[in-house]
Amino acid sequence: MTFRKYLVVAGVGLFAATGDSLLSYGMKQAGNVSLHNIPGLLLAVINPWVALGILFLLGFFACYTTALSWADLTYVLPASSLGIVLLALIARFALHEHVSATRWLGIALVSSGVGFVTRGPELTQHPGQPNVSAATAGPSR
Amino acid sequence: MRHVTSNLNTWLGIAAVVLATSGGDVLLARAMKHIGDVGELRKRRGLLHVVLRALGSRYFLLGVGCMALAFYSLLFGLSWGDLSLIGPATASLTFVANAIAARIFLHEHVDGRRWAAALLVAGGVVLMAL
Repeated sequence: MTFRKYLVVAGVGLFAATGDSLLSYGMKQAGNVSLHNIPGLLLAVINPWVALGILFLLGFFACYTTALSWADLTYVLPASSLGIVLLALIARFALHEHVSATRWLGIALVSSGVGFVTRGPELTQHPGQPNVSAATAGPSR
Repeated sequence: MRHVTSNLNTWLGIAAVVLATSGGDVLLARAMKHIGDVGELRKRRGLLHVVLRALGSRYFLLGVGCMALAFYSLLFGLSWGDLSLIGPATASLTFVANAIAARIFLHEHVDGRRWAAALLVAGGVVLMAL
């Protein structure tokens, strides 16, 4: 793993956590949405906070697809899940939501799981499979 | 009654996000592995080539469709429940679902370390839902 690749994986978690927080703030302004009011759900993207959240989630998507091109899905997801801890901090201190002691314990367990998985290799090498850089020369289908 | 409806809608949103995200993740991972290292490809052929390769992949387009479904499910869930529950619950459950799906559909090597991580995450989710 190069430093650039670590930055990409960190970007996955940071962009996702910030984007989700902005969406949450925007949706609380927009009010409750029900399945009987689908246009209301579609129009929610007009809210500036929701729109900004979407921009951050586009950044997440760019980092995420880049990381998936050279690492396993089961590596990228947990490696970028420290964003969950960031989410809890944002929810508690920026959105002033109540985060109980039990939820904090749950978040700690999730973080431990993340620590476990990130200590292994990032890519499964299948027998007879070309390496990732060689695969770039092949067709996409 | 409103509390029950709110809880039901929150968990309905969480379930929809997890299913749609897992489907999208597996499809995107398959597409990106076919395309190869995006950084290397961009250096050799340019960004436009990378974008066209991605948009020409039906797995990529299906994956994006699943992500869009997950996004609107997330908006629905967030309008009923707290981010501190929905954020960690969807992320963690998606992690467990993806570990299973990646082993079955992508043939990734999910070893004991990764399964232990999945159990820790699952336990964390149960605690967060209490």
